[in-house]
Formats: sequence, structure tokens, C-alpha cells
Amino acid sequence: MRTEIRICGFGGQGIILAGIILGKSASLFDGKEAVQTQSYGPEARGGASKCEVVISDTKVDYPKVQSPDILVAMSNEALIKYIVDLKDNGTLIVDPGTTDVEDVKDYIEEHNIKVYEAPATKTATDEIGLKIVANIVMVGAITKITGVISKEAAIKAIEVSVPAGTEEKNISAFEAGYALAE
Amino acid sequence: MSEGKQNRFLPYLREDRLPHIFCPGCGNGAIINAFLAAMEKAEMDFDNIAMVSGIGCSSRIPGYLNCDSLHTTHGRALSFATGLKTANKDLDVVVFTGDGDAASIGGNHLIHAARRNINLTVICINNNIYGMTGGQISPTSPKGSFGTTAPYGNQDAPFKLAELVAAAGATYSARWTTVQIENLVTSIKDGLKNPGFSFIEVATQCPTYFGRKNKLKTPTAMAAVMKANTVFKSAADRMRPKELEGKIVVGEFANTQRDEFTENVDKISVEKFGKRTLINSAYETEL
Amino acid sequence: MAEEFFIQGNEACAKGAIAAGCRFFAGYPITPSTEVAETLARELPKVGGSFVQMEDEIASAGAIIGASWGGAKAMTATSGPGISLMQENIGYAFMSETPIVIVDVQRGSPSTAQPTMAAQGDMMQARWGSHGDYEPIALSPSSVQEFFDFTIKAFNLAEQYRVPVFVMADEVIGHMREKIIVDDDIEIVARVRPEKSDDYLPFENIENGTTPMPAFGDGFNIHVTGLTHDERGYPDTNTPETHDKLIQRICDKVLNNRDKICSVRSENCDDADIVLVSYGAPVRSVVEAVNKTDKKVGYIKIDTPWPFPEEQIKELTANASDVIVVEMNLGQMYYEVDRVVKDKNVHLLGVIGGLLPTPDEILEKIDEIGGN
Repeated sequence: MRTEIRICGFGGQGIILAGIILGKSASLFDGKEAVQTQSYGPEARGGASKCEVVISDTKVDYPKVQSPDILVAMSNEALIKYIVDLKDNGTLIVDPGTTDVEDVKDYIEEHNIKVYEAPATKTATDEIGLKIVANIVMVGAITKITGVISKEAAIKAIEVSVPAGTEEKNISAFEAGYALAE
Repeated sequence: MSEGKQNRFLPYLREDRLPHIFCPGCGNGAIINAFLAAMEKAEMDFDNIAMVSGIGCSSRIPGYLNCDSLHTTHGRALSFATGLKTANKDLDVVVFTGDGDAASIGGNHLIHAARRNINLTVICINNNIYGMTGGQISPTSPKGSFGTTAPYGNQDAPFKLAELVAAAGATYSARWTTVQIENLVTSIKDGLKNPGFSFIEVATQCPTYFGRKNKLKTPTAMAAVMKANTVFKSAADRMRPKELEGKIVVGEFANTQRDEFTENVDKISVEKFGKRTLINSAYETEL
Repeated sequence: MAEEFFIQGNEACAKGAIAAGCRFFAGYPITPSTEVAETLARELPKVGGSFVQMEDEIASAGAIIGASWGGAKAMTATSGPGISLMQENIGYAFMSETPIVIVDVQRGSPSTAQPTMAAQGDMMQARWGSHGDYEPIALSPSSVQEFFDFTIKAFNLAEQYRVPVFVMADEVIGHMREKIIVDDDIEIVARVRPEKSDDYLPFENIENGTTPMPAFGDGFNIHVTGLTHDERGYPDTNTPETHDKLIQRICDKVLNNRDKICSVRSENCDDADIVLVSYGAPVRSVVEAVNKTDKKVGYIKIDTPWPFPEEQIKELTANASDVIVVEMNLGQMYYEVDRVVKDKNVHLLGVIGGLLPTPDEILEKIDEIGGN
């Protein structure tokens, strides 16, 4: 099965790293195939950030995301911009601290979207004491909600992806995110 | 030619390439002699010298010398030399170039090589004209001089190469003419020994093109004018710009020391990773 | 033991270069190839290699040729505008038979156009970009793994035939991340040093065309020039036979070894009505489209655009009525395919704008043509 995931938000939120961790988890530790891509245009400077991952049990040929099964939005601007690509019956995960699902209520209803709220930024700030790990909190929530990667694989991928010395904080952030969706 | 009259530098030449293509009265022969004399004075190992050149009359010199020689594209000799020297910093890399090659098409490479202070010795033979293509003006042609592309006289101000290269960061820069061979030999020797970017500009005569276009028909006439117009740097420093118009200022423009490029490249490997820069690694399968 | 990495194409290219024995890189920053330079700036000093950021792409091409004669396997990486600037020195490398590797991560073009978007607009520049007659070798990767593998292959071919070799990637492959597997027994072709002898000729007219190459400083005192030269390397610019013999040999050493150099991959071509031909990133869309359609459609993936795999293309399209070339330009390799399969209907699906052609676009084209 092919799952298309799009994660979007502001520049500086670690959107790209979150996508890399998903791809790495699936391809290096879950025995699946994965491709990660991202936008490099002027939109990648400052403002918006978008990262896409395709995860599949079989070889991923076409590498780009066309209509995501899972949309993760960490900014309201990105939510409004990208909701329209989300598949019918798709999964939307938002950070309620930085988005307002009321703005896309109609689309959610019309397309039977499953909505999950994961307060990643608040959790990162309150529980870990580091706002910058909100992306990893979100990886925890994505893992639990979608099951697209395994928890074990995610932890291994985080360990080899974050700066040396920050592994513990990041794993705690992941666990906090994983717990959010329980 | 009898044994006794044989040029003492003949063993350094590729005899099977002679006769050379240089015109009668060209300064290139005197400059080759000066280079070889300087090399001996510097006690350099000729077998360790690799030469690089671009395009132009002066760039043909390495082809006559019996050492490894890379005759490259127009203006780019210094970039090839930068790669060669960095890949094997044990080689003594000498670059022969001219005013058009080094200062016009290759001007950017010239200032960047000087900025890096890479250990190359550059002999820039400045005849103020494009000889190989038949007498067009160059970036060092004096204002008012004539060339086939300046039939009404050159309107542009010339570059002062030795000063330019010194300003760009070379640790050795000098200018002499073909009528001051002793000084030239000393400067080339000093340049060869300087562990950094060394630039020796030699003002020379091109009787075939510069001379013919500028009413200086014979090599001796050109030499006489060159000699008459020469001012030593020490004297020039006390002269006003107006007085220096049309003069050739000779002497040293830089003679100093600072970090050298290939040493710095090697230092990163050694200091950070305990690994010297490999030489001749292309021949190995296990690295 | 094999190692696995989840990395960008450009990083995989840099890793491949180091694995192949590349110990000198010169380059100039340009999107979307910069990560190749950035990775090598970090990694080369760890393995006794040198990284130089040159003042421009002309100088970068010059520096790698100089370094190659200095005894190092050498590479540069760039994109369209840089490839344009390098062309004169690339021609010099063909003429002087200098092994170098040039990586082109293609972007929207001409001119500066679309720095962060993908294209395949430089294919003919790899073929004909420098003046005169010569036969280039070019490889086009369709995955991050292939960007690693083909970079190694490029170094091996460069050494084997003493030629510049292009790795013609694109922004999609350069920037995406995928898993690569790095085997510990990678086959490396080392440069061969000639035997010391009085009759060594650095540009000898020998049968397979490739003479052993010494490094400067080895004591061979060789002269290397871009001028027409004899077998010693000495300029001989006015003898027609000297030029003819030299250029014929430079071309023949590649052309006569086409069967060893050319590589394609294909599926379902035997009984296909329509055969899709592509290279680089669009192969990904082509494969997906072929898997989706229930018509008799096969595909050919060209690994080596240059020398063009004429024989393979002819054979694999023998039973088809139509051929569709899918590429990210308005027709470059299309004309090559059309040239070799004259009796078929050859169509172009040329997509510009910066996005990879989608499987749906390809399926539409297949429907438009018909087929069973």
C-alpha cells in the first residue's frame, strides 16, 4: 500500500526534519520503501515550509505526493493552502496552537476527513521546555495516529537524525507526542 | 654549432621540438634563458618542475622545455595550475603567461590566485599586444599606442599588472624588462623560492607587431625606448603621476609572507582528521 | 557489510565520488547541485582529499583537469549555467584525454530560468556543448541509489577510456531522499601508470585507443596540449593527417566500445505496441504508468544517454508500432530515438515548467495514441 504524507508549516519549525524522520523510519528500520521530497522555491525561504513523504510496502516509482492520505498542518496558512489536496476520507492532523480547523470546516465535512488535534507546540514548551522540539512531538502524534511507521523505528530514526547530545530530549518529545494521541 | 658555443641551457630543452616558432628579435628567448639561470641559482631540481601555460606566444614556452607541461586554454592556466598544485603540492609549478592571457581573459583567475597566495611562480611576459593573433591591443597596451584593433590609437588606460597582483594579495610581485636581465634573474629566483604566489612581469619587445604598428621597427629600437622609459620603483615613488606617464616602473611591488593555500588545505586534513593530503591516489584501488 | 543510508541524491553523489577514489573537487556554488560541493567540502579532508571553491565554473573545470594530471581523480558538480561556462575546458579534456567527472544537476533553463525546479535541458550540451568532434559518455540516474552507483561508474569509465564523463542528473534526483545501500566491495578502476621506457607515447594510436597516463612528476616529462598533437603530445597543427588520426581515435575509443559502455533497462518490450523511452527522473513516472495501464505498453530506461544506445533501442522497439519519448525538455533525446527507429511513429511527451511528468499525463498520451 502507498501512503502519501504532506507535512507543512512555518520555516523554522523543523518540518523537513520531521519528514526525514518518517522516511528514515520506514525505509531503514521498518523494512518499507520511502521517498522524501521538499519544496526548494522562494517559498522555502522564510514563510512556508512543506515536506512530503511517500511510504509504501513496494518500490516507490513516482516519488511525488499528488493527493496526500495524511496532511499534517503546523500553520493556519499552510492548512488553508493544502487542505484542498487531501484525499476523501483522509487524515488531518493539526496543531491547535497554530491552526484553526474551523477555517476548513466545510472541506472536512464534504470530504469526510478524520481530524486529530495534537498540540505539539504547547506540549514541546510545557512538557519538554523546548519549543523547537514541536516537530518531534508531532512525529510522535503522527506515529500513534496513523501507524504509518512503527514506534521502534521512529525512535531509532530520531536517534540518528538529531544533533548529538540532544537524543534524550528528542525521544522525550516523541514520547510526549505519542501519548497525546492515546 | 661547435661544442664550445652550445647554449648551456640546451639540456633543459626538448631538442626534438626545435626550431621554435618565435620571431626574430622576440624577447621570449632571453626570458627562457633568464628563467633557467634563475632556476639554477635557486638550486631547484628541474625534474620536479611542472609548467602550465595558457594561449599566446609566451604560453608556447613550456612546450620547448623538457619537463611536464600543460598547455591549456586561453586565460585559464592559473586555474589548471591551482588544481595541479593542490593535487600534488610537492611539485614546483611554474606558469608562463602573457598580458592578454593573464590580464584580459584570465584576469579573474589572476587576482584569485593571488588572493589565495597559492605557491605558484608566474612569469608574465608583457609585450603590450596580442602577438599570436596578429597585433591587437591588449589590456596593457599604453594609451595612444596602435594595434590592428586600435587603428586610431588605444583610448583605454592600461593595467599595471605587478601592482594589481600585489594589491590582490601576492606575496611576491616584481616587474623588470628584457634589458635588465640580471635583475630579472634575481627576481625569478626569489619568486621560485617564495613559498606563495609569485608574479614576475617582464616587459618585453614584440618587434613584429607592437614595433611595426608603433614605428619601432627593430628590436634594438624597441630595447632602446624601453630602457629610456624605465624608472626604478624607488625613484618612481618620489615622482608625480604626470611625470610617470609612459614610464615602465621596475622593481619589487610585494615581498612578504603569509599563509599559503595548499598548506592550508593540507592543514585542515592533518589537524582535524590526522590525515595528510594524498598524492597520486588515482593509481590506487585501496585508499 | 553493506551499509544503508536515507540521504539526498546530491549527498549520495558525493559519497559515490569518495567511494570511487575521488580526492579532488573544485566547484562553484549553484542551485540545485550545491549539496554535492557542501558534502565534499565536509568529507574530502577526512580521507586525504582536497576541496577547492573556485572563482567560477570555468576555473572549476580547469582545476579538475590540472588535478587529474596531478595524479588525483577529480570531479566538479554544477547545473546548466555552470555547464555552459565549463564547455571550453571540457573540450580541452576531450582533446588532452584527461579523465574527469562532471556532474550536472539539471534545472529549468535556458539562462538562469528555474534554479529550484527540475529539467533535462542540458542533454545536448553534454553531447555537443564544446566545439568540434568528440564522443562523450554520460550517465543519467533515476534514483538516489543510481546517483551513487553512476557516480562510481563515471569515475571508472573516465579512467578506463581517459575521457570526461558526465553524470546528467536533475533537480528531482538531486534533492530527494531515498535509501541507498553501500556495498563494501565496490569495483574501482585505478589509473594505470605507464612502464618507463624511451618509446612511451602518451597519446599513442593504439587499438583500444586508451594509453596509460602518467602523473606530472612521474618523470615522463610529457607535453599536454589542446592543440592538434602527435603521439608524443607535440603540437602539429597544420598536417591534416595528424588531426584526422587524433580525432578519429578520440571518437573511436568510445564508439568502438559502445557494447561495453551503453546500458539500458527495459520491461515488457517484447510484445508491446507502445514503447516508452525515458531517462533520469521521468523514468519513475513512466514505470508507474506502465504498471497502471492494461494496454500492451513497455518501457526502456536509458542509463547512458551518451554514447546513445542505438542498437538496444532498435532491438527493444522492433515489435512496437509507436514509441513515446518522455523527457523534461521540448525534445532532445527524442530526436536521437527518432533517428534510430525511423520506421516507427515516434512521439514526444516533453514536459517543461519544472515538475516531473505525472503518471496520468503519460497514461493520457498512451490513450491519445491508441494501442491495444
